[in-house]
Amino acid sequence: MPGDFFVDPVRPAGRAVITHGHADHARPGNASVLATDQTLAIMQARYGDQAGASLQPLAYGEPVEIGEVSVRLVPAGHVLGSAQVVLEYRGSRVVVSGDYKRGADPTCAPFEPVPCDVFITEATFGLPVFRHPPAGDEIAKLLNSVALFPERSHLVGVYSLGKCQRVIALLRQAGYDRPIYLHGALIALTELYQRLGVQLGDLRPMADVAKGDLRGEIVLAPPSAIADRWSRRLPDPVVCAASGWMRVRQRARQRGVELPMIISDHADWDELLATIDEVDAPEVWVTHGREEALVHQVTQSGRRAQALSLVGFEDDAVD
Amino acid sequence: MTPFAELIERLVFTPSRNAKLRLLTDYFARVPDPDRGWALAALTGGLEFPAVKAGVVRGLAVERVDPALFGWSYDYVGDLAETVSLIWPKRHGANRVPSLGEVVDTMREASRSTAPALVAGLLDTFDTNERFAFLKLITGGMRIGVSARLAKVALAQYGDADVAEIEELWHGLEPPYEDLFTWLDGRAPKPSIDDKAVFRPLMLSHPLEDGDKASIDPASYRAEWKWDGIRVQVAALGDQRRLYSRTGDDISGAFPDIVEAMDFDAVLDGELLVYQDGAVQSFNRLQQRLNRKTVTARMLEEHPAWVRLYDILFDGSEDLRDLSFDDRRQRLEQWIGRIAPGRMDLSPMIDFPDWQTLDDMRSSTANSAIEGVMLKRGDSTYVAGRPKGPWYKWKRGPLTLDTVLMYAQRGHGKRSSFYSDFTFGAWRPGEDGEPELVPVGKAYFGFTDEELAQLDKWVRGHTVERFGPVRSVAPDLVLEVAFDSVGRSTRHKSGVAMRFPRISRIRWDKPAAEADHLSTLEALIVD
Ligand SMILES: [Zn+2]
Ligand SMILES: [Zn+2]
Repeated sequence: MPGDFFVDPVRPAGRAVITHGHADHARPGNASVLATDQTLAIMQARYGDQAGASLQPLAYGEPVEIGEVSVRLVPAGHVLGSAQVVLEYRGSRVVVSGDYKRGADPTCAPFEPVPCDVFITEATFGLPVFRHPPAGDEIAKLLNSVALFPERSHLVGVYSLGKCQRVIALLRQAGYDRPIYLHGALIALTELYQRLGVQLGDLRPMADVAKGDLRGEIVLAPPSAIADRWSRRLPDPVVCAASGWMRVRQRARQRGVELPMIISDHADWDELLATIDEVDAPEVWVTHGREEALVHQVTQSGRRAQALSLVGFEDDAVD
Repeated sequence: MTPFAELIERLVFTPSRNAKLRLLTDYFARVPDPDRGWALAALTGGLEFPAVKAGVVRGLAVERVDPALFGWSYDYVGDLAETVSLIWPKRHGANRVPSLGEVVDTMREASRSTAPALVAGLLDTFDTNERFAFLKLITGGMRIGVSARLAKVALAQYGDADVAEIEELWHGLEPPYEDLFTWLDGRAPKPSIDDKAVFRPLMLSHPLEDGDKASIDPASYRAEWKWDGIRVQVAALGDQRRLYSRTGDDISGAFPDIVEAMDFDAVLDGELLVYQDGAVQSFNRLQQRLNRKTVTARMLEEHPAWVRLYDILFDGSEDLRDLSFDDRRQRLEQWIGRIAPGRMDLSPMIDFPDWQTLDDMRSSTANSAIEGVMLKRGDSTYVAGRPKGPWYKWKRGPLTLDTVLMYAQRGHGKRSSFYSDFTFGAWRPGEDGEPELVPVGKAYFGFTDEELAQLDKWVRGHTVERFGPVRSVAPDLVLEVAFDSVGRSTRHKSGVAMRFPRISRIRWDKPAAEADHLSTLEALIVD
């Protein structure tokens, strides 16, 4: 690439453009980092001094020249601060989607389609079995369950960046105004969201509360904690998990989930196809997920498509 | 269809019995007739749609979805109904979602030729979860961890009735059970079943504990052998003949030999056995005939069934359950003398002057078809359920084996954070002459909560390999396993299968090399 920079580099680079703060995209140790304000704040919260030697904030929509390439960040609707990278070089335009979704999310700016010549799309849920239901319906399932089992706690597994805050915001949207309790590993980023202006209501650390007092309450924890010894601190928890993977029963069962909530921060199959049509790129590169089915489908619709394999990507180790 | 799909979706993932009951009672309270009755029928296995085969569903999906995409998706998901429910393309402007009652009516009228179009039309109107529930419903794969018994307990809770009353009514009622729900809602009297050969809930016993013997007088109790078969109820009235399992499942289809012999009007309580050459055969032989919808002539000849009678509940339409055991026993003896039924005989009484004599008889009998003795108070009426006091079972001591823990798996529900399902093995000579472990069974109870925590910790500290929720562990821990009997099995690598294995002791003290060998277990096999 003329311009000598890398988007979401796997290994430390001299100059990196980072789409968003998830660990499979934003890695520590780059010399200079270009990203949105919020993404830089998230990287600093996670990596401290290692976030990058020089941090350069770039607002959505503002172009910057790197060598002969014009670079612009456009909202991706994935998590707070997430961006697509729009690259223009000698009259042709390439868009690197990063991770994105099209469903509404009260914690981040919505995805903006940018017509382009080459669209590099993620494909985490690149199979037609993945169709996410409206997130509000999934939140209603949780609230119905809380009403039906008032003597139990509801323990919801959520990724610490994005999903956690989105689930809280969706609960608030649904009118739930009780305190929501957080596992210690979720607190720092959630407080950062609040500092960056996202309203999340009354949140409390779970560690401060006696076991019996969590009856009837909603507790959020990272996915790794929900089936582990840690969960024994809760009174007879209904184990829930908010993830796009919950769409497939075997996945939910393997994780010992009693109430799967299909809430994803990635585009589902229909959203992937609709987005490709909207940006109307004659050439589509598919990466970050199940490439073969999406390449097959896009090819059928008359575009050129190819899989772009990424190193260091591990199926559902991601959000 | 929407509330039914939501119910199925929750039940599929809910491990705890109490939580399932809550979901079911909530559903019965929210959903009107006839939908809740059809749901009840679906859950208790009372609905079948022979016009629809799984192949039809697959064919419809491939017509609508690119076959390559379908193939990748099916590979990924692994279950046909689930794959189709997920991949079925949305159709805008589809009809309103029909109720479960409407779906059942439509599908019951379907023929082999009309079924595919009807199924496709319904799939178009549903969302993903509705499609899944619908496909499981019509292809008969509704395995969601709800037993018929659990559904009845939920009904009893819902209507504040006694589950024995529900059990008693159950086989006299038909889906969608509107008369049952009307009664449970308090809007009509209890439905009548007096003229039907329905299941009458059984009277069950408690195990005799050491402390019980001191407090009860042997003279007021009668003793008989506890035969090692399955407890059944023989119910014949008019032209209706039914053989019921202990839980009220109709197993007549698997035992036409018994049904043919039911040429009388009575309801009897007894033990179903295989009986040949004048002797009761092992449980293993009976097992060959269980869990079958139909039975071949050869099975009938090789494993002939027999009922050893313990009790009489009805003689004709006369209800004898309020008589004392002694009086019922007399009526049973008279009845057998009068009717002389085929394939049935009387369970003999055992005379015993004191506990010691009975204990000696119990322990010394060489008859492997005897599981122990039953003690029944002479003045006890026949009461459904398990009242404490009138009846005791006094089993022979269980067999035990020292095994080595091989694999542990995470449990469900409350136990989902614990390794609580244990596979254990016994030694046998390996190909290289060194002893090797072969799995001989699996147990997930028998230990206290405290022992479970210790086992969990041990498993985490001795893991060798992980496969999903399963860990293999270093072969270092000896578990003493108790079991009731052991038979041959072609399904298990070891060639043996234990009956009711449970962990009786954790032998932290015992070196694994001193655990038992497979040959010890093989020597205990009864055929
Ligand atoms: Zn991401
Ligand atoms: Zn990602």
